[in-house]
Amino acid sequence: MSKYYLNYLDELESEAIYILREVWAQFENPVILFSGGKDSILVTHLAKKAFYPSKIPFPFMHVDTGHNFPETIQFRDDLIKDLDAQLIVGSVQEAIDTGRVAEEKGKSATRNSLQITTLLDAIENNKVDCAIGGGRRDEEKARAKERFFSHRDDFGQWDPKNQRPELWNILNGKHFEGEHFRAFPISNWTEMDVWNYIKKENIAIPSLYYAHDREVVWRNDSWIPVSDFLKLEDGEKVETKKIRFRTLGDITITGGIESDADTLEKIAMEVSAMKKTERGDRTDDKRSESSMEDRKRQGYF
Amino acid sequence: MELDNNQLLRFTTAGSVDDGKSTLIGRLLYDSKSIFEDQLAAVETTSKRKGHDGVDLALFTDGLKDEREQGITIDVAYRYFTTPKRKFIIADTPGHIQYTRNMVTGASTANAALILIDARHGVIEQTKRHAFIASLLQIPHLIVCINKMDLVEFSEERYNEIISQFEEFSSKLYVKDVRFLPISALLGDNVVNRSENMKWYQGAPLLHTLETMHISSDINKIDARFPVQTVLRPQREGFIDYRGYAGRVASGIFRPNDEVTVMPSGFTSKIKSIDTDKGELAEAFAPMSVSITLEDDIDVSRGDMIVKTANKPEASQEFTAMICWLHNDAAKPRAKYTILHTSNEPKAMIKEVLYKIDINTYGRDEENKDLKMNEIAKVKVKTTRPVMIDEYRDNRITGSFTLVDDATHETVAAGMIV
Repeated sequence: MSKYYLNYLDELESEAIYILREVWAQFENPVILFSGGKDSILVTHLAKKAFYPSKIPFPFMHVDTGHNFPETIQFRDDLIKDLDAQLIVGSVQEAIDTGRVAEEKGKSATRNSLQITTLLDAIENNKVDCAIGGGRRDEEKARAKERFFSHRDDFGQWDPKNQRPELWNILNGKHFEGEHFRAFPISNWTEMDVWNYIKKENIAIPSLYYAHDREVVWRNDSWIPVSDFLKLEDGEKVETKKIRFRTLGDITITGGIESDADTLEKIAMEVSAMKKTERGDRTDDKRSESSMEDRKRQGYF
Repeated sequence: MELDNNQLLRFTTAGSVDDGKSTLIGRLLYDSKSIFEDQLAAVETTSKRKGHDGVDLALFTDGLKDEREQGITIDVAYRYFTTPKRKFIIADTPGHIQYTRNMVTGASTANAALILIDARHGVIEQTKRHAFIASLLQIPHLIVCINKMDLVEFSEERYNEIISQFEEFSSKLYVKDVRFLPISALLGDNVVNRSENMKWYQGAPLLHTLETMHISSDINKIDARFPVQTVLRPQREGFIDYRGYAGRVASGIFRPNDEVTVMPSGFTSKIKSIDTDKGELAEAFAPMSVSITLEDDIDVSRGDMIVKTANKPEASQEFTAMICWLHNDAAKPRAKYTILHTSNEPKAMIKEVLYKIDINTYGRDEENKDLKMNEIAKVKVKTTRPVMIDEYRDNRITGSFTLVDDATHETVAAGMIV
């Protein structure tokens, strides 16, 4: 007798496909939030499967902070072309230039929280009623309580104490005009699951995830890449190290780790032996105990 | 780590801070080496600040800001860990009576439920409540952890006494598989590692139990049900006439050439192919997401269900169900709701409340028929169009539904068809 059960990766895949199809069926104008990171690439890959042999029926939305890794933007453009999809870009630089938001000051200034305004503007201007994201519940404690279909009020805000209960596989995307949803098809995946699946499906990801030589400085316990936006502090020196990135955010705040992992097999091996969480190298999450929760309440990814 | 055949097991833990639930989860994560250094460092710092000796394991499940401030769990939190044998998803739910709705939510997808009993106190009201919800939601496996054995001198006699207390009331419930375990979450006895203090206990520790429990038969493989989510019409080269019905198999097994009926229309056809992006499949079973093409060009859309002609669900506009009220606003008699049942969503109303159940005593209340948040009742539901139903006991997908308030769009009730 053949086995009539799925292994855990197939079950996670099937769950994500189910959620993506529900988004398509329940919303008028959904988009995939695309950052160029592995999680949004995974969501894109799953969307390809969910609608095969049709094309992915969603446009893509990228919130561009202006502080990107050039490799990420190249990867994004190639993928969008390959998928024959539409790309909507919300520009943080433009929001700064027009005075919609003000740049943070000081040494640890980032454009992280500035993304919120740009994201919400892009959602509103494009009449998006559901933004599909690659958020995972294992990333951070505030995300552990996130729903597959997460309701946002007409200010784009998340109220963690007033979330709709989600039972069985029933998803309720009903909403009033002006409100929108975030949908998280890979909620139940862990970092390890993502890498095991990328390896299994041999999904293309930006070269930044593979070990490579790069000029970096040691700051906040990780290797911050040298870029036009980096201002060296006293005592900091530029070194060339063989590093790779576990997550991809802004080039200004995403720290790399020293690594020799230059294949998917080696990366998966390395991740399974990791002793620190992947967001441990992200300055944005180190600000306070509830920095992610605070940003999410305001409308962050 | 090669995990090719490893399954996913979802379990729920209901309980309060007092009975050691958070400590147990922390212990499982810690002893199975699922805690990262930066998480451990954060918890060590907080433990010190709060004046605890050593690491307070309960802090690993620390949640939202409000919850940290109040020291209680408000909402369902999901946690993950993996061992060489399985991947686990924990739905960590609060145990207080006002959070029944969260327990119900966490229980709805669980293969197993952990019920914690404080060995000093034995079976209390909360234990009965948790067992009732596990039984109502038909969680296939129940693991009763008798915790804090270190505080009753690891007494076998006390352990057996609590088992008797539990069995006395649980005989009124419908649970297929119940196991008991004497543990100390604080010291780690019988959680991941076998207890040195309770040699009299011959069974496996908790983690081993979770790793080896047989869960493949938790899914219904008899009644083939395929709710259609959406229709795929690519209209591009190579697929001009393609018409695939996309969905996730709810139960049973489908194969090409199977005689099928589309409900509620009643049209019959044969399965032409079962497709995925990797090619055609020889069979599809729950919970696989696939798309199905049929031999005949018939009208099928979202809300319809493809089933085997020889084994059909009931198409009904009136049925009886147990419901749990989830919302602050009480149920309005004969008010209209939208029912979400598989991919089908007609209007519905609660025609009659037959009785409410006291989840602490299991007594029936046939007098008061107002239905408030966290209350459970047996009701009659009427819908404007037929829904294709099975009994919840046989099928957790086609036997369940939720009700949505049309005025607020909030999910207000969860229902199980009896």
